[in-house]
Order: sequence, then C-alpha cells, then structure tokens
Amino acid sequence: MIEEKFDAIVVGAGMAGNAAALTLAQRGLKVLQLERGEYSGSKNVQGAILYADMLEKLIPDFREDAPLERHLVEQRFWMMDDRSHTGLHYRSDDFNEEKPNRYTIIRAQFDKWFSQKVREAGATVLCETTVTELAQDAYGKVIGVRTDRADGEIHADVVILAEGVNGLLGTRAGLRERPKPDKVALAVKEMHFLPRETIEARFNLRGDEGMVIEAAGTISRGMTGMGFIYANKECISLGIGCLVADFQRTGETPYGLLDRFKRHPSVAPLIEGSEVKEYAAHLIPEGGFKAIPQLYGEGWVVVGDAAQLNNAIHREGSNLAMTSGRIAAEAIFQVKSRKDPMTAENLSLYKKMLDESFVIKDLKKYKDMPALMHTQSQNFFLTYPELVSKAMQNFLRVDGTPKVEKEKTTFKSFIKARSWSGLFGDAFRLARAWR
Amino acid sequence: MSIEPSVRVEDKLFYNRYLVDAGRAHIKVRPHTTPSPELLSMLKACPARCYELNDKGQVEITVDGCIECGTCRVICEGSGDIEWSYPRGGYGVLFKFG
Ligand SMILES: Cc1cc2nc3c(=O)[nH]c(=O)nc-3n(C[C@H](O)[C@H](O)[C@H](O)COP(=O)(O)OP(=O)(O)OC[C@H]3O[C@@H](n4cnc5c(N)ncnc54)[C@H](O)[C@@H]3O)c2cc1C
Ligand code: SF4
Repeated sequence: MIEEKFDAIVVGAGMAGNAAALTLAQRGLKVLQLERGEYSGSKNVQGAILYADMLEKLIPDFREDAPLERHLVEQRFWMMDDRSHTGLHYRSDDFNEEKPNRYTIIRAQFDKWFSQKVREAGATVLCETTVTELAQDAYGKVIGVRTDRADGEIHADVVILAEGVNGLLGTRAGLRERPKPDKVALAVKEMHFLPRETIEARFNLRGDEGMVIEAAGTISRGMTGMGFIYANKECISLGIGCLVADFQRTGETPYGLLDRFKRHPSVAPLIEGSEVKEYAAHLIPEGGFKAIPQLYGEGWVVVGDAAQLNNAIHREGSNLAMTSGRIAAEAIFQVKSRKDPMTAENLSLYKKMLDESFVIKDLKKYKDMPALMHTQSQNFFLTYPELVSKAMQNFLRVDGTPKVEKEKTTFKSFIKARSWSGLFGDAFRLARAWR
Repeated sequence: MSIEPSVRVEDKLFYNRYLVDAGRAHIKVRPHTTPSPELLSMLKACPARCYELNDKGQVEITVDGCIECGTCRVICEGSGDIEWSYPRGGYGVLFKFG
C-alpha cells in the first residue's frame, strides 16, 4: 500500500489526464497519475488531428520537441457512392504559417512525449497499473482509488477521472451510466506505411505539408458513420467508424467495412503497395451535449471522453479532452488555494468554468445533430450520396442529351427518392440542428 | 455486383503486439444454453472476432486478440451476458502507433 496521501489522483494518461496532471503539477500540487498501459499512449487510438491552440495553452513551445507528423494545408470532404466520390477540397498556402494550427500526430508516440512533460513538471506517473475501483467513505465521498497492484487503497483529496470513453470506474461507482449503443461509435483503423516521397506525390504535398480526407456515404452502408484518411510523414492512417447500435442492428462487421473502404476505386490507388503495421479499434463518444453526464461530485471530477465531451460533427475530441482536463485542474487549484475541501459544491466551479469555454458552447450548438443523423441515417448516408453522384455524372457526361433534359432528370431523381416534403423536411431539420 | 473477398481478421491481429495474461481472461461470458440476441450480435460486431459459436450453439470468447475497445461491454453488459474488465496493468494490446 502507498501510505502517502496525494492532493490529487489522475486516472488515465490520455489527452485529458495528461493535461490535468500537467496543470496540477505545474501549480505545485502533489499528483499521482495512474495508467494501465505499458506507457502513456500504448492503449490510445486516434485519427489523429492535433489542434495546436489547446496544446499551446499547456505547453507554449511544444513545436520544439513534440513528435508532430505534418501540418495540415488541405482538407478534403468526400461524399461517396460505391464507385465515385464528390469532393469539396480546401487548400490554402495560408496554412503554411510559422505556427500552424493543425497537425497530424501518431497517438502512441505523442502521448509518450506528453507524459514525459508531466513527469518533468513533478507528477508521479505510475504505468502498468489498472485502477479497479474508486474508494469511497461511508457517505459516498470519493477518497481515493484501489488498483490491481498494491493491496489496499491510495488516498487523495480529489480524484480526476480521465479514463476515456468506456468510463468503467465511474459506472462501477454509480456516478454515471454505461455508454449506450446509440451514443458511441466504433472505429477501426489501420496504419499503412509508404515511402515519404510516395505519400507526398500521391497527396500533392511538399515537405511537411499534410492533408486529411473525411468521407461519408455508401461506405457506411446506411449506418451513421464516417471514413477518414490522414497523411502522416511515412504512413497513412485510414479508418472508418459507425454507431455501435447500427453495427448491432445491421450485422455488418467492422473489418468488412474497413476493407470495402480500402477497395473503393477512389481509395485503393492512394494506399497501393503499402505495408500495414497495425490494426486498432476504439470507441468514440457521439451523443453530444445531451449525453454529458454529471461532471463533478464529492471528491471527484470527470474529464475528456469519459465525460462524453466529443464534437462528432467537427471530429474534435482530443482538444476537448485537453481543455476539460486543464480547466478541471485549474478549478481544483483554486479550491485548494482557498484551503477549501473538495466537496461537490466547491468542485462545481469546474462545471461553471467549462460552461464558459468553447467545449460546452460548441456541444450545445450541435445538441440536436446526433439525433438527426442517427434517425435519418439511411437518407444522409445512402440516398443523398447516391443522388449527388448521379447528378454529378449527369452534369459531366457529354452525350448529346440537351442540358434542360439533363437537369430535369436530376431534379426528378431527387423528388422520386425523397419527395418534396422529404427534401424540404431534411433541409429544414439540418438547418435547425446546425444553427 | 462485385464479389466480396472474405476478410481474415486473424491476419490483421497479427500486426499487433500483445502481452497475454495467460489464465486470466478479462472478459467472461455468462454460461447459457441459448444465447441472447445481444450476445449473438457480437459474433459480427467485435472488431477482433473474439466471439465464436461453439458446436452446441453457445457463444464463447477467446480474449487473446481483444483490442479492448469496449463494444461488447456497451452491447452485452447491461443484459448480464458478459462480465467486462480491463486486463491487468501492462497486459493486453500494446499499440505502437494507435
Ligand atoms: C479513430 C479515432 C479518430 C479520432 N480522431 C480524432 C481527431 O482527429 N482529432 C481529435 O481531436 N480527436 C479525435 N478522436 C477523439 C480523441 O481520440 C479522444 O477524444 C481523446 O483521445 C480523448 O482523450 P481522453 O484522455 O479523454 O481519453 P483517452 O485518450 O482514451 O485516454 C484514457 C486513458 O485512460 C487509461 N485508463 C482507462 N481506464 C483506466 C483504469 N481503470 N486504470 C488506469 N488507466 C485507465 C487508458 O489506458 C488511456 O490511456 C478520435 C478518436 C478515434 C477513436
Ligand atoms: S472489447 Fe472489443 S475487441 Fe475486445 S472482445 Fe469486446 S468487442 Fe471484441
């Protein structure tokens, strides 16, 4: 048993946990961080786009030594049917700036670096340790944790739950419910290695420039889901994710979906000849604002994916995780500085501060999007992509059909598939949910 | 229609590194005679194909290839079909890239 008592215990060394532990340690608190993986990052999976702004707030000079892959100069959105994609590409030389805004990263390597910063700031980081339970006193106040290592408990004034999307400890202690199948997506992903020059030629990149593709359409076979292709220095992250409830309903296999995506005529040439070095799977919170659980209580706070803080529309998660971890730590520091106890009432400061940040404001903005996407998945992920593809082909193919007739055909196919009221309804619902 | 080549998950799992905690399965299936619909859906939904049907029509799990995603917990823990934990610290899948 570890006899020492800590100011704070952080469970998990992912984005949220590392941000929290770093912030607390930088402010001189006595912090113990517990991670079940061999090292920070060895259990973590992400696309992965890193948003610089949120990391800069923690480590202003991170660009000097962080393992960054490529800074993004181009974003492609693809709407796919089985044989085509209709794309919207945005590329700008403005993104070739002194301090770029977005980078691709490789999570296992990035987290290792982040964890080193946490140690340097003075936190005690214990890996290969699974926390099995929260320790609570007779009144239910969280007073520490139990692990699978030493017998007995480790005590602290406050426990920061940064345990990721599964949030096992919180559920076990009755602090929140287990994620529901229609509120989380399962993503599968592969790492495809290719020579650097090949990647740069295939994706039209120079030096450390990077690009990402986000893809939706028939690749998810009518399920709510997205595919992604991200260019790293010497490898490509490629994956696809769909709602767990949809997998359950359809009987599609995740690896079957991934392989179909890889064989798509728009994708196959991009990864041709690559060597695959890893296959990973991970859940992503998709419930949005309405799925956020209780964020604090007697002796505890929850941050990051464990609190379902994920913006599925913009594919942002790690930045919300980092920001919630940092804000929770700042709130705890304030309570501690006033020499106040870590009661629910005092820790409510965390929620107050989070409500004022972009984290909650953004999730609130899209609060109706998850429900819309989930109930209308057939239309948004099958019907519309097919219609758009037909319309594009009709527009481009030169075959002697008068343009007026071509337009009529396109128009008719939309009405036939969705009816007037269906089309207007979808547009209206989408606009309202986006507002 | 194109013919779907069958995907071998075993080949995919072969890329990964694992430290198997022999004799200590972190996920257990509750003994049953007829599997529930939830449990049956895991035959397809598990990304590592850890769930299989035995010759008596019962669902069994082999956790060695588990990538610890939690999908089976989300689908089956509520109905009491499985018991789900993380592997002991340091064991299980070890991502090099993630
Ligand atoms: C395929 C995919 C692509 C994504 N792409 C992006 C992207 O491009 N950009 C973006 O911003 N976000 C993206 N996300 C989301 C992002 O990965 C998450 O939002 C982020 O990792 C959440 O950080 P976290 O610290 O809350 O959780 P995690 O990073 O999951 O960390 C949780 C940590 O806790 C540890 N842990 C859990 N339980 C215990 C326990 N009981 N004892 C000890 N340790 C424990 C775990 O091992 C892990 O290290 C993506 C996610 C996926 C799956
Ligand atoms: S946790 Fe994921 S990989 Fe492991 S058995 Fe369950 S569904 Fe399969």
